Amino acid sequence: MVSITALMILIGIFFFLFATGIQAFAEISLHDFFLKATWNPAAYTEPAWGILALITGTLMVTFGALIISVPLGIASAIYLAEICAPKPREIIKPLIEMIAGIPSVVLGLIGILLLSPLVAGIFNLSNGLNALTSSIIVGIMVLPTIITISEDVLTSLPKEFREASLALGATRWQMIKMTLIPAASSGILAAVMLGLGRAVGETMAVLMVAGNSLAMPTSFFDPVRPMTASIAIEIKEVVKGSLHYEALFAVGLVLFIITFAVNFISDMIIEKRTRQYKW
Amino acid sequence: MKENRTLIEFRNFDFWYSEKQVLFDVNMKICPDCITALIGPSGCGKSTLIRCINRMNDLISCTRMKGRLLYKNKDINQKHIGVVELRKNIGMVFQKPNPFPMSIFENVAYGLKVQNIKSRSKIKETVEKSLKKADLWDEVKDNLNLSAFSLSGGQQQRLCIARALAIRPDVILLDEPCSALDPIATAKIEYLLKKLKKETTIIIVTHNMQQAKRISDNTCYLLNGKVIEYSKTDDIFHKPKYALTKKYLNGDFG
Ligand SMILES: Nc1ncnc2c1ncn2[C@@H]1O[C@H](COP(=O)(O)OP(=O)(O)O)[C@@H](O)[C@H]1O
Ligand SMILES: [Mg+2]
Repeated sequence: MVSITALMILIGIFFFLFATGIQAFAEISLHDFFLKATWNPAAYTEPAWGILALITGTLMVTFGALIISVPLGIASAIYLAEICAPKPREIIKPLIEMIAGIPSVVLGLIGILLLSPLVAGIFNLSNGLNALTSSIIVGIMVLPTIITISEDVLTSLPKEFREASLALGATRWQMIKMTLIPAASSGILAAVMLGLGRAVGETMAVLMVAGNSLAMPTSFFDPVRPMTASIAIEIKEVVKGSLHYEALFAVGLVLFIITFAVNFISDMIIEKRTRQYKW
Repeated sequence: MKENRTLIEFRNFDFWYSEKQVLFDVNMKICPDCITALIGPSGCGKSTLIRCINRMNDLISCTRMKGRLLYKNKDINQKHIGVVELRKNIGMVFQKPNPFPMSIFENVAYGLKVQNIKSRSKIKETVEKSLKKADLWDEVKDNLNLSAFSLSGGQQQRLCIARALAIRPDVILLDEPCSALDPIATAKIEYLLKKLKKETTIIIVTHNMQQAKRISDNTCYLLNGKVIEYSKTDDIFHKPKYALTKKYLNGDFG
């Protein structure tokens, strides 16, 4: 019942995006849309509809966020599940869950007021609103997801694995590395994918700290404008039914397909692994 | 006793979980190259006793012990004795087969990898030898890369024995290894253990008295954390010295 409802909603959203978004391609060629770097829908003479710079912005922020949050998140999960004493764990875990509860506007503010001057200062930039700063902010946002899910997966592993490993003369670190992490890998992958989905879709904080430049970024110190930010900024200015309006829906459709594909692929990997080694 | 040599010795050994004492003044000498069976009703402390020998109880917080537990005349609970080293010499097979979620091959190779043995050929050779010793080789030799979970319960338990054997331990502890298995799988493991005792000392917990009778050289009868009687298996089953042992063997309780 729940799954049918979820499926209906998913299909509904897809058709909503698809019905409007597809109309954009009556006038914009797929080639121009995906492979041209200039996005300038409001230009009076020659509007440009290339979303490559926007996609690049999204990918940079997403992967930057994951590069920060995945190692940190997995390490924290291992620490919490396997090394930390129960008392401090009971304090740390709720704190991490509280990070998840911080509204993204607040994180965006912190990004603007604290982090971006810091980044500008350290790297000697005139402006700290760029892909790096947004990666850090989005990295912080997805960290609790990765930590809590990975930690749950690790603690739910049967104690038999631990005993078997230690009884063979493994050290605690060998047990973690050779037994627990491989056994938890599909669950940890799921955690990372969920984090990835969140990073791709994150809008508000990114809107505030990414710098919003439409130019094609060439490094993490360049300002970027991810797809989500473009939609959020522009949708309030466009005339309903105009080409620009339809093009924004097409951008939304691309976002939807990316997150859907990520989830689908990770489900397949997880499914395959759990079928092979279920316990 | 069958022999007078001693490999493992409990001396005035007491053990507590938090405030609850479960072993009382255990004195017991275990001789090398034989099978020692621990019998007694459920909850009498058999698992606790056997898990002291490879210090598996270290994993449980708030345990306490008194007295000495010697392996090769050294107290295993002393600070300078490495627990990792101890467990390499004293392997363990658990009540429920617990293979790792890996292939059959990787399961047996695990202990070698723990010891940082890198040579592929050495690992392959040892895996084959261990599986042969555990009477499993013929059944799995064409499927070494299959998941260990694809095996039956009895095969999984023999895989766990092979995994323990791969690092050539001095002693193998088995905690009710057949309790989850059918009679045929049980018979295979009993046959295997009798064959293995020539090279490895075996200590086995069992709630099945017939099993103790069939395979062990010495039997220890434990009740409420106390050793009631410990002697040659033949003696204990045919002329038990104590009334309590006789009652237990007759099936009056337990
Ligand atoms: N981890 C533990 N914490 C507290 N008490 C335990 C623990 N494990 C076992 N006990 C208690 O110790 C006693 C002996 O248990 P155990 O050694 O498992 O007996 P057996 O293996 O003979 O059935 C039992 O009363 C049991 O409840
Ligand atoms: Mg037990």
